[in-house]
Amino acid sequence: MQRYSALSLLRGGLNGQKSWQRAWRDPAPKSHYDVIIIGGGGHGLATAYYLAKVHGIRNVAVLERGWIGGGNTGRNTTIVRSNYRQPALHNLFEFSLKLWEGMSDDLNYNVMFSQRGAMFLGHSDSDMIRLAERGDAMRAAGIDAEFMTMDQLRKKLPLLDLSDKARYPIVGALNQPRGGTARHDAVAWGYARAADALGVDVIQNCEVLGMDMVGGRVTGVQTTRGTIGADRVGICVAGNSGQVAAMADLRLPIESHLLQAFVSEPVKPMIDMVIMSQSIHAYVSQSDKGEIVMGGDPDLYPTYSQRGRPDRIEGVAGQCIALFPALSRLRMLRSWAGTTDMSFDGSPIIGTTPVEGLYLNGGWCYGGFKATPASGWTYAHTLAKGEPHALNAPFSLDRFETGATIDETGSGPMPHHR
Amino acid sequence: MLLIACPNCGPRAQAEFTFERPLASIVTPTETLPDLIHKLFTRENPRGPSWELWRHTYGCAGWLKVHRDTHNHQISAVVPVDMETPS
Repeated sequence: MQRYSALSLLRGGLNGQKSWQRAWRDPAPKSHYDVIIIGGGGHGLATAYYLAKVHGIRNVAVLERGWIGGGNTGRNTTIVRSNYRQPALHNLFEFSLKLWEGMSDDLNYNVMFSQRGAMFLGHSDSDMIRLAERGDAMRAAGIDAEFMTMDQLRKKLPLLDLSDKARYPIVGALNQPRGGTARHDAVAWGYARAADALGVDVIQNCEVLGMDMVGGRVTGVQTTRGTIGADRVGICVAGNSGQVAAMADLRLPIESHLLQAFVSEPVKPMIDMVIMSQSIHAYVSQSDKGEIVMGGDPDLYPTYSQRGRPDRIEGVAGQCIALFPALSRLRMLRSWAGTTDMSFDGSPIIGTTPVEGLYLNGGWCYGGFKATPASGWTYAHTLAKGEPHALNAPFSLDRFETGATIDETGSGPMPHHR
Repeated sequence: MLLIACPNCGPRAQAEFTFERPLASIVTPTETLPDLIHKLFTRENPRGPSWELWRHTYGCAGWLKVHRDTHNHQISAVVPVDMETPS
């Protein structure tokens, strides 16, 4: 692999950018791999990378139906944080955040991870009690969390509507200073390039059409580019997990819904951290290009259309404008949608399945991007050892029937809760 | 946004409706334990047409059976919840 450095940039500048090699190969599928990962999103590519790097398993293929970065990896709002209350969740996401902190160096690829702070707003006394409990749980686990007073908020975010007359009055906030954003395409490209350098085959335009089974065990997959054998197959296609699992006659605790995101025209720096409100469920940040990135509730009904409801755009824009009145002067540049795996407790599923040789990573609801490195790390462990890592053991597929759900919002077993 | 033809109120915007669950996932009091677990916690999650239970929450508040395609959003039937549907 050609390493990127300040020197290589300089060299490129002097020779008309002719010295760059392609970032990863374009291999034809081999007839057999030790591990096949279905889905070339950030999670699948991270899994392949850690399989090769941590476990020394390099005879690995990542099969992607479309192109790298074309799915949910490139459709999220790029927020990274670990401010969860439940131990199973904050342990996983904090492990992830630590991997994020070293990712650009590890991959030799600038993922533009920007720890600008991620803040939950409080709109009432009960909100503040809830945020205090969350902050306490985080600090007890060694995760950074700090309360923000109104004076601190005024100084930090002068454009936030902190008046008594605000549509959503703000009384305080809980900040995670180590939270922030990253460039999502770069995460997929960086993992693809680093995995490829370790011998992993990243195979694009290769859709999985069926599973080969012998005696209840998966022995390979049928694809648009032929049949490929494998000792182990890992599903990593959040949004379409149900469709792929059905090829092995598995039914999952997942409904596929849709989440939208929006960006405004680019403006000069006006919001220098990630602002979220759990009570009204809006989240706002400013991209490095200057666009204001906004998101809110999912569309709350099953669909694979990747086409959002206009009333959701209106609702989220209204919430964001109520928080930052200055946003009302901006024009919306783009909106888009991604298909999300909505699980029955709002938490992901990473682990083994009842089918021998088949593993599942999915059910990320609308919060998978921040978990990319930890998801890959724990899934690689699961695929290499045949059993889950301590961090993903609680996120088993059978937790719903046994009642061991991980329900952060306490909203009960329905896939379209929030 | 979907345009859903409520049998009581006529065509109305999706914003007035709430999706509840697939019709196949309605639990009856006579389920066996494995069937109960299956209906409560797993989904066919079809990419295509299927019957669903919706409610006209901000209209007549009636429960409705909707035959809808999850890929192209075509709605081929909307009937009151007590009307029989082909299985």
